[in-house]
Amino acid sequence: MTGFLQNTFNGLVSGAFYALLALGLAVIFGMLRVVNFAHGAFYMLGAFGAYVLLSEAGVPFWAALVIMPLGLGLLGMALERAVVHRLTRLDPLYNFLLTFGLTLILQDLVKSRYGVQSSPYATPSALSGSVDFGLFDFPTYRVFILGFAVLVCVAVWWTLTRTRVGMVVRAATERPELTPAFGINVGRWVTPVFGFGIALAGLAGVLAAPMRAVNPLMGADLIIVVFAVVVIGGLGSIFGSVAAGFGIGLVQAWGEAYLSSFPIVSQTIVFVVMAVVLLWRPAGLFGREEAPA
Amino acid sequence: MRRTVGVAAASATVLLITGCGGGGPQSGGDQKLTGDKIVLGVLNDQSGAYSELSGRNSVKAVEMAIADFKAKHGDQAVTEDITVETADHQNKPDVANSKAAEMYDRKGVDLILDVPTSSAALKVADVAKEKKKLYFNIGAATTELTGKSCNKYTFHYAYDTYMLANGTGRVTTEQVGKNWYILYPNYAFGQDMEKSFSAAITAAGGQVVGKDGAPFPNTSGDYSTYLLKAPGLNPKPQVLGTMQAGAELVNVVKQYNEFKLRDKGVGLAVGLMFITDIHSLTPAALAGTTYTDAWYWNFDQTNREFADRFQKETGTRPSFAHAANYSAAMQYLEAVQAAGTDDADTVVKGLEGKEVNDVFLRNGKIRAEDHRVIHDAYLAQVKPQAEVTEPWDYVKVLETIPAAEAFAAPSPDCKL
Repeated sequence: MTGFLQNTFNGLVSGAFYALLALGLAVIFGMLRVVNFAHGAFYMLGAFGAYVLLSEAGVPFWAALVIMPLGLGLLGMALERAVVHRLTRLDPLYNFLLTFGLTLILQDLVKSRYGVQSSPYATPSALSGSVDFGLFDFPTYRVFILGFAVLVCVAVWWTLTRTRVGMVVRAATERPELTPAFGINVGRWVTPVFGFGIALAGLAGVLAAPMRAVNPLMGADLIIVVFAVVVIGGLGSIFGSVAAGFGIGLVQAWGEAYLSSFPIVSQTIVFVVMAVVLLWRPAGLFGREEAPA
Repeated sequence: MRRTVGVAAASATVLLITGCGGGGPQSGGDQKLTGDKIVLGVLNDQSGAYSELSGRNSVKAVEMAIADFKAKHGDQAVTEDITVETADHQNKPDVANSKAAEMYDRKGVDLILDVPTSSAALKVADVAKEKKKLYFNIGAATTELTGKSCNKYTFHYAYDTYMLANGTGRVTTEQVGKNWYILYPNYAFGQDMEKSFSAAITAAGGQVVGKDGAPFPNTSGDYSTYLLKAPGLNPKPQVLGTMQAGAELVNVVKQYNEFKLRDKGVGLAVGLMFITDIHSLTPAALAGTTYTDAWYWNFDQTNREFADRFQKETGTRPSFAHAANYSAAMQYLEAVQAAGTDDADTVVKGLEGKEVNDVFLRNGKIRAEDHRVIHDAYLAQVKPQAEVTEPWDYVKVLETIPAAEAFAAPSPDCKL
């Protein structure tokens, strides 16, 4: 029982990363119809930025947690203005290729400056202990990540459902052609939403720095699973991406714990789930099938 | 249209030139060296996971060897004209295969050095055999190079999975604890390592109480399932042996520390680790970890002097792969000098059975039976942060494993 609870907890922590990344992808896709392949690269930049800030300017983790998402959000907005928006009218494939190219450029820039070796990043001392849950104790840092991610998700949900900005975003996501007809200037919100999605990726990156290997390829490994998460949750579905993020984290953790004698199953379980979901509900668990044009 | 003609003309010219270059150095019958020069080829990873532990700095090490060789022999040197060719094999067997063939055939390379990544290393061994040209492997770990894939022209220079398992597995079992939990990446290298370690642990009187193959590549980056399981096994393991390498090793170690397994009485032993890995994890994260090293830069004065020179050239301390590249290039040049020719068969004859002591090889011997180069290996332990007094000096050597014990006896599968 204790083991099961621990594995569940771990699954939720992995899921927290998936949820934050998938949430960013979902808002970007919803608003811009852009599949942002560069999301993993921004996650990497978040972690690397935290490392560079700490090692070269002595900026602690807590400050990086604010600085990196803000900085990357601005960078994302600049990129949206400079290149991404020029291609949104065309086939989505063009932006997919563009962001894929951006990924390669960002990865290689970091590689040429810092090499491929992982860079060191220590857990902030305030969070380096462990929390006693009675049945078992658990690293404080993991508890923090889980709490923080849930908080961010709730805040995003609140913004989307309770504020005017949120209503615009939701309207534009669900009925992209109809919303401007109500006199809403959707275009004004496109750039900030793109920046916000990127900021979430950067935030996930900073959170990952103390517990994952910080190297130029860290995002490339993760992004494939995150795409599966987004597809399972339903492309563009904001609630779906978060739910699927935590769900896939759990499935992976349980798979590794209880199916370890079948390594093939535990390695591919995410994609098996994705295939099953697509057969059953082609638009994903929480996605709505678009009306035929 | 005019442009097309121009391009065609240009490429024809290029073809002509390269054609001439390739056919140019016709060696006369009485000439000692083909083309009157020696060309060393360094084929390794220059952009990926192994580019820091070998990569371009291995090329630098080979250049240092050439300079030292020239300085030592001066006018007596077999030739003044010694150059280095280099290529990036991207850790891909097919790329390694074609680059190696290109080096031997078109670039006039006499010896290929380095070649990390076992699958790529085995491909190059086949090329060397086919072309009857020399090949010193340094970067790859597979024992197959001196097992069923061995051949007359291939030498395995620095280390192998047996050396790693035998050193770390045996000594850790004797000194730290008898019960092991092994975590390995579930692919060829990891499975080989797991087998070698299990054998070494059992032979030393220990037992493997549990082992798990983690997904490879592990896309989630999470190892907590295994790390949580380890302390609860019955009997409780005293040692966690991780066979992960590079970034995956970093993930395992970070999370090992997060779950405070050391405080729970589970020590850490690492299958394959380079000084560059310790640098990226920081010694604090690895303090007390044992592993087998083929060479350590601050082991003695000789090594240190080499490391100082290397640092002047590259700005960093050498990994064992760098030192081994230096040594291998040097031993080859000396063998050519002694033979007075770069004819591969003659040089091989001179190398076989030779006993060598240099900056990398201590009590070294080039085994004639299987071309395994044996030498002293070192059981190393990462220092606690408080004992680290200068950058890159992260390790203390607990024990020197004598050359004869460090490597396996020649494999019966090997027929040169």
